[in-house]
Amino acid sequence: MSKMYHPSTPLPSRVREGHFGEAILPPAGVQPGPVYVYDAAIRLWHWVTFLAIIVLCVTGYFIGSPLPSVGGEAHEHYLFGWIRFTHFAAGMILGVAFVLRLYRVLVGGKHARQIFWIPFWSLGWWKEIFEEVRWYLIIGKPKEYVGHNPLAHFAMFFMFVLPMLVLLFTGFALYAEGAGVHTGWYTWFGWVFSVLGDSMTVRTWHHAAMWVVILFSMVHMYMAIREDMTHRQTTISAMISGWRFYR
Amino acid sequence: MGRQETFYELIRRQGISRRNFLKFCSLSAASLGLAPHFAGTIAHAMETKPRVPVIWLHGLECTCCTESFIRSAHPLAKDVILSMVSLDYDDTIMAAAGHQAEQAIEDIMRDYKGQYILAVEGNPPLGNDGTFCIPGGRPFVEKLKEVAADAAAVIAWGSCASWGCVQAAKPNPTTAVPIHKVITDKPIIKVPGCPPIAEVMTGVITFYVTFGQLPALDRQGRPLMFYGQRVHDKCYRRGHFDAGQFSEKFDDFGARAGYCLYKVGCRGPTTYNACSTTRWNEGVSFPIGSGHGCLGCSEPDFWDNGPFYERLETFPQFGAEMSADRIGATAAAIVGVGIAAHAGITALRQARVKPNTPVAADERVV
Repeated sequence: MSKMYHPSTPLPSRVREGHFGEAILPPAGVQPGPVYVYDAAIRLWHWVTFLAIIVLCVTGYFIGSPLPSVGGEAHEHYLFGWIRFTHFAAGMILGVAFVLRLYRVLVGGKHARQIFWIPFWSLGWWKEIFEEVRWYLIIGKPKEYVGHNPLAHFAMFFMFVLPMLVLLFTGFALYAEGAGVHTGWYTWFGWVFSVLGDSMTVRTWHHAAMWVVILFSMVHMYMAIREDMTHRQTTISAMISGWRFYR
Repeated sequence: MGRQETFYELIRRQGISRRNFLKFCSLSAASLGLAPHFAGTIAHAMETKPRVPVIWLHGLECTCCTESFIRSAHPLAKDVILSMVSLDYDDTIMAAAGHQAEQAIEDIMRDYKGQYILAVEGNPPLGNDGTFCIPGGRPFVEKLKEVAADAAAVIAWGSCASWGCVQAAKPNPTTAVPIHKVITDKPIIKVPGCPPIAEVMTGVITFYVTFGQLPALDRQGRPLMFYGQRVHDKCYRRGHFDAGQFSEKFDDFGARAGYCLYKVGCRGPTTYNACSTTRWNEGVSFPIGSGHGCLGCSEPDFWDNGPFYERLETFPQFGAEMSADRIGATAAAIVGVGIAAHAGITALRQARVKPNTPVAADERVV
């Protein structure tokens, strides 16, 4: 920490983690030390995904509801082609980043694993979620967590990871459709059409999952800023430096 | 019944020259998209293979498949029906009626057990014990199962037999189902469309007669040679799509200039069919060529994926017809208001906390 300490102040003490990732802080008067939560791969993935989602939402919107027609002859323009190309390129980057993220799930430790798995059968975890809901309804007390708090954990699994998988699979399937049924893309992702029924339904799922991710992102950004301001721990800078500071 | 005569023997008997026979073989090869040397393969098959007996059944349907079929130009439907195959039973266009017709179907099933092709137009309704479709005095579903049991292969003509089509659209009062729901032990080749393109129908038969096997099928059971590409992939308006030139309404400048019909709901990008290459009525035109978007008639559930003139399908269960985008945008607006309200309450609450207050012991949750 950049903070200067008076010689009489005790040295920062290590923050330990409870069963559900809750921070076990040292007693009052002892400065809690920072914890390294998000490693470089996760931070890189987070911000690559952030940028890709913005590009994908904007270009995706224009693919579903195209801009007014351009004038002149068709051969003079490639506007819609470029919008689609940008969408596909951003989608590929998102997909590659997601695969690298899955690799981190395997080898990146518990903080990398957290949002890809939920302790569904743990009653204690659901109680923690309830406590967190109380805090957001401004009737409870805040609790510090080293990783994501249980409510955020819940939302990240159901409103981000799962819709993300839907988006990636339907997106690659739609790309396969354009690439052609004789291509490897179709061999790998053609089954999506068999599962969902037909091409129109795949598009509808792609749109619906995008809106879930948009709703998630709105709440996610609000909560990240709010927690950073009201909690006694850092939230936004943790996804930049990787370190969670307690104050 | 004796040996079925070959196609070649039959047309020679009809006085057609060998030269004209070879011309027909070349045209058939071309219409199937085969290399020129396959004309010889087709000729050889026509000379040596007995004509394939075909039973053509009609369930719940509108006969548009038959109407399309009889308009085939390459090959002519008459050549297919009278020469290439032996269309021994077809309720709609056969001369026999009543008991004679029923006798005919029994004869074929007995004499050509395991050799005949079953072509099905329409589909069986299962509701109310199948009594919504009663040909020959008994439920169609029974007749279908019985005839399918000894068939070599089954052709599903049109979207009814392939996917269910209009009679299976929501709420499907008769519980109409595509034929693969009741015929589960036979290879089924799906030739969807409402109706399918005539040349596609005769092309599938020509292929089977020539090579004695079904053509390569896609995951859903459609012949890849005709359903391997979307209408969009070979659409002559594709240039306008890539450029970003769309008609917004059916009477605007874009519609007159022949711009892409994507924004008025064209289903070309989601429809696997050969319309944009084969076209209709001897290659005269197809819906998009006439300024109307594709309805996606060869796709599953196309009746339920409406409205036809919107890009996105809607969810009728949301009361007013809402698309995924409208529902999503509404939800986003509600969440946005919620966030603003929550932020306001948080700000008020924070304002009551004095700044630079040291952390009290009881404020730490441990």
